[in-house]
Amino acid sequence: MNAMKKPTDELPNDVELLLPWHAAGTLNRRDAARVEQALANDNELAARYERVREELGEAIRLNESLGAPSARAMESLFAKIDAEPARQPKSSFNLAARFAEWLAGLTPRTLAYGATAAALAIVLQAGVLTGLFVKQGGVGGYTTASMTQSAPGAFVSVRFKPQASAAEIGKFLSDNKAIVVDGPVAGSGMFKLRVSERGLSEQDLDAVVKTMSASPVIGFAAAVH
Amino acid sequence: MSANAATSDEVLIGRIANGDRLAMQVLFARHHVRVFRFVVRLVRNEATAEDLISEVFLDVWRQAGKFEGRSAVSTWLLAIARFKALSTLRRKPEHELDEETAEAIEDNSDTPDVTLEKKDKSDAIRKCLSGLSAEHREIIDLVYYHEKSVEEVAGIVGIPEATVKTRMFYARKKLAELLKAQGIERGWP
Repeated sequence: MNAMKKPTDELPNDVELLLPWHAAGTLNRRDAARVEQALANDNELAARYERVREELGEAIRLNESLGAPSARAMESLFAKIDAEPARQPKSSFNLAARFAEWLAGLTPRTLAYGATAAALAIVLQAGVLTGLFVKQGGVGGYTTASMTQSAPGAFVSVRFKPQASAAEIGKFLSDNKAIVVDGPVAGSGMFKLRVSERGLSEQDLDAVVKTMSASPVIGFAAAVH
Repeated sequence: MSANAATSDEVLIGRIANGDRLAMQVLFARHHVRVFRFVVRLVRNEATAEDLISEVFLDVWRQAGKFEGRSAVSTWLLAIARFKALSTLRRKPEHELDEETAEAIEDNSDTPDVTLEKKDKSDAIRKCLSGLSAEHREIIDLVYYHEKSVEEVAGIVGIPEATVKTRMFYARKKLAELLKAQGIERGWP
């Protein structure tokens, strides 16, 4: 380890720790920008990043070389499933699932068919968003609207375009690491999104609003102060 | 995974909760290879991994009604798979594990120079990735191959996000040490 420029017991800074996720493309936009900036200003860090990318490529090759299970796995699974007792459909879950399925299948053309359809979509999105996305507080936690509203963080108020599908809204929330914490507001159809668990400076929050406004699924976005 | 796929996975889970066998087949077809690869890297035995993935998806069949959508379905699958794999590893005799770990870093008899001549760097990196401990292999695979975020890895492994970052760093540091032993000096990871 003599060639190393840092002592072995020293952890690198947070930006350097994030390099593997940056290489895998799984950082949120803000962290990715932070890493990009650091890479642009630090040649040594950029060299380390190349090593990360090298590892990433080899890890993928290694995993892809592992092959796939034989048909035995599937046969075994379904033999066990067939041996399971028959179950009664759960009507409440069934309703939610069918509702989500129906909304996910709507195309922009269908929804743009008329003002009635658009208005209906807003109402449906409200229900499905509440049902699907408000609960999605990430892997680590289950959050409800009322809980999150009082929690610290940075918030943006948005209105989704009527023609946006549930899948597109899901992708938008995922891409922006945002969670729906409230909405829709009666009359306006606005949703309140938490965009950061920590408070952001006015400048950073404005940057988030600008990014969100540029999304094709967003009709309107504004910072919540 | 795309939002479309994520949404469809949730829909499939809804159908599975109602006993839809076809939905189970679709979900299995979509995810079983990645789950298998994740498990086989942990247990290092294909037959055991095959047995485990059928158990993982059987759990999905049984627990679908309880899935709350807190995480992506793929993340939930990996979390179940990890639990099954670790339970299996705990049941295996310790000497068996040691032998397998030793086998993973085979062919160490060459001098570093000869090794460099015989194998290219890519081979060496893959070999050393296989030689990492189960804990380090797991985090490397989750981040690099399964494309899991810091938060998702924390959820799957059950550790704080800060620990996820440092564990990934130490896994990479160990990889650098193994490569150095193979005659490849990469410096600070």
